[in-house]
Amino acid sequence: MQVVRSHQSHRSFSSSSGSVSASPTLPLYRSAPELEVRLEDFESFAIDRLRVLKGISDGLSRGKKPDEMEKLVNELWKTNMRHQDSSQVLNKDIISHFVLRLVYCRTEELRKWFLSMESALFRHRFRNQTAEAQRAIMEEFDLPCKAVSNAEFESLKEKLGQVARSIGHNLSLSTTDAIYYKVPFEEVPELVTGRKVFINQGYAYVAMNQVVSLVATIFRSLLSKALILTNRKWATSIREQEQHRLTPIVEALCSSYLGPDFSQPKEYGEISLKDIDQVAKSSFPLCMRHLFEKLREDHHLKHAGRMQLGLFLKGVGLNVDDSLAFWREEFSKKVGLEKFEKEYAYNIRHNYGKEGKKTDYTPYSCQKIILSTPGVGDHHGCPYRHFGEENLRAALSRMGVNSRAMEDVMGKVRNRDYQLACTLTFEALHAAPCDAGINHPNQYFSDSQRLLKAKKDSST
Amino acid sequence: MTRQGAYKESDDMLIDEPKLPQQGQIAALPNEFNPSYLKIYYSKLFPHADLYRWMSYGNDGKHPACDSSYLGRREFSYTLDNDIFVRYNTFNSATELENSIKDKCPLKIDIGPIYNLNPAHRNAYAGDNVLTPVERELIFDIDMSDYDDVRYCCSGADVCLNCWPLMTVAVKVIDTSLRDDFGFRHILWVYSGRRGVHCWVCDRKARRLTNEQRAAVADYFRVYKGNENNYKKVSLMGQVLHPFLARSYTEVLKEYFETKLLTSQNLLSSEERYEKILEMIPDQSIASELRGKWQESRRSSSAKEDINIVRWEQLKQLLQKHKAQGVRRCVEEIVFTYTYPRLDMEVSKHMNHLLKAPFCVHPKTGRVCVPINPNNCEEFDPTTVPTLIQLLEELNREGLRSDVEGEWNKTSLANAIKLFRSSFLQPLLKICKEEMESSYNAKLQQSKNLLSW
Repeated sequence: MQVVRSHQSHRSFSSSSGSVSASPTLPLYRSAPELEVRLEDFESFAIDRLRVLKGISDGLSRGKKPDEMEKLVNELWKTNMRHQDSSQVLNKDIISHFVLRLVYCRTEELRKWFLSMESALFRHRFRNQTAEAQRAIMEEFDLPCKAVSNAEFESLKEKLGQVARSIGHNLSLSTTDAIYYKVPFEEVPELVTGRKVFINQGYAYVAMNQVVSLVATIFRSLLSKALILTNRKWATSIREQEQHRLTPIVEALCSSYLGPDFSQPKEYGEISLKDIDQVAKSSFPLCMRHLFEKLREDHHLKHAGRMQLGLFLKGVGLNVDDSLAFWREEFSKKVGLEKFEKEYAYNIRHNYGKEGKKTDYTPYSCQKIILSTPGVGDHHGCPYRHFGEENLRAALSRMGVNSRAMEDVMGKVRNRDYQLACTLTFEALHAAPCDAGINHPNQYFSDSQRLLKAKKDSST
Repeated sequence: MTRQGAYKESDDMLIDEPKLPQQGQIAALPNEFNPSYLKIYYSKLFPHADLYRWMSYGNDGKHPACDSSYLGRREFSYTLDNDIFVRYNTFNSATELENSIKDKCPLKIDIGPIYNLNPAHRNAYAGDNVLTPVERELIFDIDMSDYDDVRYCCSGADVCLNCWPLMTVAVKVIDTSLRDDFGFRHILWVYSGRRGVHCWVCDRKARRLTNEQRAAVADYFRVYKGNENNYKKVSLMGQVLHPFLARSYTEVLKEYFETKLLTSQNLLSSEERYEKILEMIPDQSIASELRGKWQESRRSSSAKEDINIVRWEQLKQLLQKHKAQGVRRCVEEIVFTYTYPRLDMEVSKHMNHLLKAPFCVHPKTGRVCVPINPNNCEEFDPTTVPTLIQLLEELNREGLRSDVEGEWNKTSLANAIKLFRSSFLQPLLKICKEEMESSYNAKLQQSKNLLSW
């Protein structure tokens, strides 16, 4: 794959890797394509694909059922993997996959995640291929699978029917159901395990719809080996060679937050100071509520806490003057007015881009907050991660989380799914689902406000 | 079992061999285990050469295609006196193997996997996970104590002829499936010495299965999912049973349940026992109806028919004509609960799991771990398996009668060793040689093709 600058001409090939692709819409990513990619496409294609993978990850960890996942995957793919030039859609698919291989080959944990998500994606996309395309793909994968002859099928029809009925599939007499493949049983352990196939003399008889499983396993194992090789190449040559061009992009990609950044609050100034206490109770996520309450209590917060809460408030719609007034009110109770103006006011204005290099800082995402490391005397960070179990339970119950929801939340916490825990808290407190999941404190806030406003509107 | 045989002076052992216990001594210690008895066992009876031939899988150096490192990459573990456990013993020849066993006299010998390199050299390589298993028989372990909730005659370590049929059922079901479904041919069943059976599947394909594939086979066999927290441990879903389960039911389970276990275990004769079965019926009204019937008539009306059988018929009648399939299916679920094999999953799933070698002597019972013929496993009787003491006595009695085959041929061990050879070892070695021959010829052909251009 050749990465070029945008001013250079951009040639593209219509097929992948020069060999005839088994399916016109589902590439197998067997080898790196001979395409030229523009530098900005390098990054943006990867980000689009990453949205798909993260969406799948989220769906899986929320325990979505297979048909829900199917819908989700289709939507994610449609939304993110489009290209204004329809002939470029396949290239975007291939390029984005290979870029993400670079990003996710570097540690065991990253590889595991990438492998799981890409396999899930492949599995769903394969299911939606035509029978012809599926057969072509199986051939490409050298599947040691033979189609069962009509004669053999007739002799085994009854047993095959029994197996199908035993797992809840009705073997009707349509032509597609009569297609079975014969494969050595060790090639399909997941089907053997659940007694989902008829096995005879060492061969498993796999129905067409089960073939997906077979193919997905092979895809997964090929990708797994490829990732190890990619890692080796990355570590030994690519990272060094590309340190001024691709490497920084690659290293930033896996930790990127992909939602709206709330740097331009839409409802600017909608939060007035006099409402802030009430709004904190109803719509702040636990992390910000905690910081807010501690500020009211101690009339002080350490730097990291001021940053986390302060930027959040900016995202919520507090303008710089109101913000100054807010912090001044609290801090002056502890350090006095003069000290506040001297030592703290500057930083607040800095956060709004009114001082120094005038960077307008963006409020922190959940990911960033979760990764922070609060020490003694700190109150920032993510309570689901950083609080001990007892304290967390107490805090949640003060917020109003009922005991049943509490157990679900604590379950997520134990599993280290901190954002899911926060999402469940949101759902419990608002008695409404939050399908997208919480990825940003400001998202929690705006979703909450939206729900409450809707409730108020409908009741009046 | 002890036997009171008379000694003759001329039958005394040679002076430089360990002394056999005298008649009186044996009577005092019936099945007592003693290291010196083991020494004689290993020196005269244990089939070292057969073990070697099995473990070599044809790599005995007599064919150019033999892999001389093969045997040396197999792990053997010893359990010695004072609970000392020694792993990673390896041997490069039949003599080394034999001498080591005779010298160390292990209380138990376990066989492990074949590794990628000789485990004796494992510390010469840097890094973790350098030693990985590359071949291992597919093994199964079935232990009677896993059936304690469905047998009333014994519990724990005991085994008797009333509950042993559960093992017979297990052998039949699993053996048939391994052969007919999975296509395996070289299968060795061994009595574990006390209360269970082990199975060694030695086909080449089986030896090369990955952990995941082994887990899949073990799961294919798994039906019982029990623990103290659920009273219904067998749940057979689906409109019909999978052909494997259906065949097991009609060919083995039903018959054993109805003609043997129902009566020998008195499964329905007392309230405590029939309650356990009634608990499994999802329809409360049927359960109460049966309960009522059985509480009333504590004895079967006809003196000829066993009460368990009568009650089972009553239960089947009510359940089988119910409109809900889940209720009808309950009959099979009960039968499966009380008869279907219960495997130890962990033993089968991991390539590195150690398993006791055949022909070891069980320290608690003194019985030899002899092979079981799956074709007539219903005739196997664990209470008549030769014990160490018995064999030594037999040796004593036969004394200096020479035997070309070996000393074991004078004893009850003869049948066991012959069975091992004829039904398992010889066919296995034949196939190994054939496979070696054909792959060797294929390679020769390949290199000929490369050269002839």
